Amino acid sequence: MSTAPRTLPVTDLSLVVLVGATGSGKSTFARRHFKPTEVVSSDFCRGLVADDENDQSASRDAFDVLHYIAGKRLEAGRLTVVDATNVQPESRKQLVQLARKYDVLPIAIVLDLPEEVCAERNAVRPDRAGMPRHVIQRHRRELRRSLRSLEREGFRKVHVLRSVEEVDAAEVVLERRYNDLTHLTGPFDIIGDIHGCRSELETLLGKLGYVDGSHPEGRTAVFVGDLVDRGPDSPGVLRRVMGMVASGDALCVPGNHENKLGRYLKGRNVQHTHGLAETVEQLEKEDDSFKEQVRDFIDGLVSHYVLDGGNLVVCHAGLPEKYHGRTSGRVRSHALYGDTTGETDEFGLPVRYPWAEDYRGRAAVVYGHTPVPNTSWINNTICLDTGAVFGGKMTALRWPERELVDVPAEKVWYEPAKPLTTEAPGGHDGRPLDLADVHGRRVVETRQMGRVAVREENAAAALEVMSRFAVDPRLLTYLPPTMSPTGTSHVEGYLEHPAEAFATYRADGVGRVVCEEKHMGSRAVALVCRDADVARERFGADGPTGVVHTRTGRPFFDDGTTTELILGRLRTAVTEAGLWEELRTDWLLLDAELMPWSLKASGLLRHQYAAVGAAARAVFPGAVAALEGAAARGVDVQGLLATQRERARDAAAFTDAYRRYCWPTEGLEGVRLAPFQLLAVEGRSLAGVPHDEQLAWLDRLVEHDPTALLQTTRRLIVNTGDPESVRAGIDWWLEMTSRGGEGMVVKPVQALVRDGKNRLVQPGIKVRGREYLRIIYGPEYTRPEQLEKLRNRFLGHKRSLALREYALGLEALDRLAEGEPLWRIHEAVFAVLALESEPVDPRL
Amino acid sequence: MFLTISTTGNQERPATDLGFLLHKHPDKAQTFSTSHGTAHVLYPEASVERCTAALLLEVDPVALVRRGKGKGRGGSPDSALAQYVNDRPYAASSLLAVALSTVFKTALQGVCSARPERAAAPLPLRVEVPALPARGGAELVAKLFAPLGWTTVSAQPVPLDEQFPQWGDSRYVQLVLEGELRLADALRQLYVLLPVLDDSKHYWVAPDEVDKLLRAGEGWLAEHPEQKLITSRYLARRWSLTRQAMERLELVRLAEADDLEVEEIDNAVDETTDTDERPVPLAVQRRDAILRALDAAGASRVLDLGCGQGQLVQALLKNVKFTEIVGVDVSMRALTIASRRLKIDRLGERQAERVKLMQGSLTYTDKRLTGYDAAVLSEVVEHLDLPRLPALEYAVFGSARPRTVLVTTPNVEYNVRWESLPAGHVRHGDHRFEWTRAEFRAWAERVAARHGYGVEFVPVGPDDPEVGPPTQMAVFTRTTQDKPGDGRDKQGRRDGRSEQTTPQDEKEAKAA
Repeated sequence: MSTAPRTLPVTDLSLVVLVGATGSGKSTFARRHFKPTEVVSSDFCRGLVADDENDQSASRDAFDVLHYIAGKRLEAGRLTVVDATNVQPESRKQLVQLARKYDVLPIAIVLDLPEEVCAERNAVRPDRAGMPRHVIQRHRRELRRSLRSLEREGFRKVHVLRSVEEVDAAEVVLERRYNDLTHLTGPFDIIGDIHGCRSELETLLGKLGYVDGSHPEGRTAVFVGDLVDRGPDSPGVLRRVMGMVASGDALCVPGNHENKLGRYLKGRNVQHTHGLAETVEQLEKEDDSFKEQVRDFIDGLVSHYVLDGGNLVVCHAGLPEKYHGRTSGRVRSHALYGDTTGETDEFGLPVRYPWAEDYRGRAAVVYGHTPVPNTSWINNTICLDTGAVFGGKMTALRWPERELVDVPAEKVWYEPAKPLTTEAPGGHDGRPLDLADVHGRRVVETRQMGRVAVREENAAAALEVMSRFAVDPRLLTYLPPTMSPTGTSHVEGYLEHPAEAFATYRADGVGRVVCEEKHMGSRAVALVCRDADVARERFGADGPTGVVHTRTGRPFFDDGTTTELILGRLRTAVTEAGLWEELRTDWLLLDAELMPWSLKASGLLRHQYAAVGAAARAVFPGAVAALEGAAARGVDVQGLLATQRERARDAAAFTDAYRRYCWPTEGLEGVRLAPFQLLAVEGRSLAGVPHDEQLAWLDRLVEHDPTALLQTTRRLIVNTGDPESVRAGIDWWLEMTSRGGEGMVVKPVQALVRDGKNRLVQPGIKVRGREYLRIIYGPEYTRPEQLEKLRNRFLGHKRSLALREYALGLEALDRLAEGEPLWRIHEAVFAVLALESEPVDPRL
Repeated sequence: MFLTISTTGNQERPATDLGFLLHKHPDKAQTFSTSHGTAHVLYPEASVERCTAALLLEVDPVALVRRGKGKGRGGSPDSALAQYVNDRPYAASSLLAVALSTVFKTALQGVCSARPERAAAPLPLRVEVPALPARGGAELVAKLFAPLGWTTVSAQPVPLDEQFPQWGDSRYVQLVLEGELRLADALRQLYVLLPVLDDSKHYWVAPDEVDKLLRAGEGWLAEHPEQKLITSRYLARRWSLTRQAMERLELVRLAEADDLEVEEIDNAVDETTDTDERPVPLAVQRRDAILRALDAAGASRVLDLGCGQGQLVQALLKNVKFTEIVGVDVSMRALTIASRRLKIDRLGERQAERVKLMQGSLTYTDKRLTGYDAAVLSEVVEHLDLPRLPALEYAVFGSARPRTVLVTTPNVEYNVRWESLPAGHVRHGDHRFEWTRAEFRAWAERVAARHGYGVEFVPVGPDDPEVGPPTQMAVFTRTTQDKPGDGRDKQGRRDGRSEQTTPQDEKEAKAA
């Protein structure tokens, strides 16, 4: 007797529960139809907890483990098959609950095989040969009793196989979920709430380029629901949308208003409130077949869609990430109604939980439902309901372009229950940042370097500094990366020398480099806005017109007045230089050095550097005099005397070294700011702009500064392949550092460069002056024996750290430029700070 | 590093006997290897009338650091930059003291077989230490040496940098001591007091240091009026400071990245918050007021936000009504100290289950903090810059939303009553602001209205009729009726719970 092949449809994300007596061949069936990792068996779990797969006394613990594993798999969105007898309703109930918890469908596959078959199979298994016959009989009794109630228990599909032949002929076929349209890549035009505004819809479709419901370039419209109610022509809107969906020109998800209309059309008793009355009246003029089509159309709508490879989720009222692509009553409920807190506001409308503030998903969620005066992205979500029916506008989003297109309402079609002044959620009070965005061990995905890891202890230190000392995170859009020094020099008397830097870049395949004078001051990052309104609208910070912060994110000046003074001068220079217009921006982000060093580092200078000099000046005269006295008496101390004299000279040189970077200031009098890179402007990271262009912008800034605040950065272009040019670069450095300069930074002119193996090249290499290095390595580091020891320094970790921080900094700028949510920018900025606390030789 | 010891004499008692007493010949320059460098002893003058011995210690700063731990990764990643550029080669620190005891070991014991009578008797001594780091300044130097029999104790401060007179004096003094003392006593005093004055943080002291102190202090330390300071400074270095330095290396690095001293950012742990002058310290009164308010609110699951070193957590633990106590602080060091104070790893299982310490920050929302009865923010808000206060408001009142929130903060009006507080000064270096009663009220009422809380105000400490109490406390009570499960708990949702969602609507469910 042969049986025709039978297909068993199984949804690709579901919990498949095998049901069958012992010996009915569940494990064999599972092996044949599913991947080994998809199957979780109770026998295996029994073995895990009790070393014996047949130890029934371990069942309770074994099922705990089974449920735990199945839960983890379902949470991660993986098809899971439970291989256990599952003949008792209690055990199945737990599994149905598990499926609901993770919003997947429970599916039952029943192997209802004759007792004889089960007994024979058990007999040939040594571990089960002794199993009493009545166990099989009991299982079969329980199974039989269960068969009719499986659907009632909540299984959404039940497949029963009643013979060995049926089992053998069965074929499991995986089915896509209805909401899974990840294979569709659009491009899409996602259209917000319509509410019967037929005329505005036609205008908007026209503006988007649709001709009679079809786009000549093959774009697909996606409607976020609430097509009907309140407005003048709901049937017209339905006709248009239904036509487009039928012809494949559009997709549509249901809104709560469609849901209610659908129930009305099915004859349910619903209240004709919130604009349903208008629709019912308009539908009266239509024939029954149209109403039937509408009913079927609404009945066929899927509550949300996952599109474009998983990058886009469209639904009516928004959806947290854990519900994306899931199927359950509560997923549908959230998609249609959002998440209400259970409270009502003063207008009697439900208070909605601000789910978007918590949203951290990769997919953009596009939705409607809550009318807002203007749309804005928050945490990669956007609400397109701009209240067309209330006299606002109708809005569409072009995807993947992320362009907004809107048309104004022709009139106020319906009076809103509350004024349309609700704020879009988030953005204010620094609200959306959550500790989970930064705390503990983390990995940040960067465009330029892949995954960059942050260790827990480094994140902990960064959290302390960020929380207690940093400026408002909304204004903290970037932290500068650390920079590696040049490879150690073997030129006599030098620890660092430009020759190594040029050679390194030459080896990396970088021909043209720019040498930039290194200003010895304190690093300062300045965010300059055109005015306070820009700071408020673009960055959400109420009051200041920008920020000036240090390399760990602290405010550079204790008082806001000085900060505003500096920002004001920078703003004047930007305006005079015409950079607002040229760069088409209302704000810009500058990397700079603020001088003198003593302005910010006076504590350090006094307690450490000046102190060392003072101690040296106090001790050497006496020591040298004592040695001279002993020498005069004929004691042999000549060698020691000479050494002490040299050490005294070194200590004096050390004092001279730090003194060059100290001068008194009064207010902004005496303060200098040397900008060396424009990092970002609206919509654009400038980190990849070649340095010669960068310097041209910055020179214009300095030129147009009417005060003496801004200072130019001296520079020289060197061709690393040309010995003459390299020689000139070295001479330039020698000349500058011999006059007390800190040194220079050598950068590839092309800024963002990769080497032959496609690895990031260091964005800059510092070459510090011989005298300056006394501040770092100690007054006597130039003595030959010390220099010899110091040359044994290891740069690998510093170089790697510099590149990781560089990649994170670039990432922060890209995220800022692309208007990504605050938490995404903050994540990268925070990671730079955390990496700064990694252990690395601090002298490098 | 350098010091000289001189004496005077005559034909009967020639000054050059100093050579016998020190066991070092005046006509030779001798070199000794010590654990941190090379010590030289030489005599710039040696006559019958006057003889001076000089001890010169050459320290190799590079070796000083390299001998520490930390291999690979470019030398010593565990060292702060301060250890590379420091005064150790110049200033008379514990290194010089160690050299002194090594080079003049016998003299230190007062043994001299060649001139026993001279060793046993006082002689006119002049000691010069040209660069002596003296934490506590010239004043402390005088307090330490004057009781020991010196007739002249001169400590001249060394200016930091003549070119920058506004920087003032350095911590170094030029020390000159004159008086009639036994040489051994003088050396032993120097051996103990040089490191005490230096009070350095960079030097590891061996564990047998207590014995060394007792031996070197024999005959003078027990009677010294500053004995307590000497002992604690001498020994404190051994465990506390070196351990601290190890615990906060990440912060040290962040401070260095910004050219700061670590103390400027690692200042979360400090007991000297209040200018306490009362019989019942304000901190205790504050804790009592908080406990009363928590009791009145019937709270049993309590958050201590900004728990610092865990004093309040400790008080809460003593009352079994508090079934769950969570201390949150942003400073890892504060948490470490709190954990030690509470002896968390030695608590019984039941006790340990009641208390949890974790790092957190009130400028971020934190899901771990939702669902509690009460939250205490005791002397916390004033440590935040004003522009960042809204973030804290939202994290506590908008996101965590406990039923009760207690906030205490100094009342700035009361500051005029602290005699020790200079006018216009805040009570603690890290206070970013201090509020008047009116300012605090205005803030609290605005926050309460915005987030659905009612608020009452409670004075803490003596309520001065004119300037109010030293501490002000606001008691916030949530007024909006959030639904069971707090309304914020989305997990608590049931399927198909209302007519909005009926299982029949479940299109996706009809897959079969």
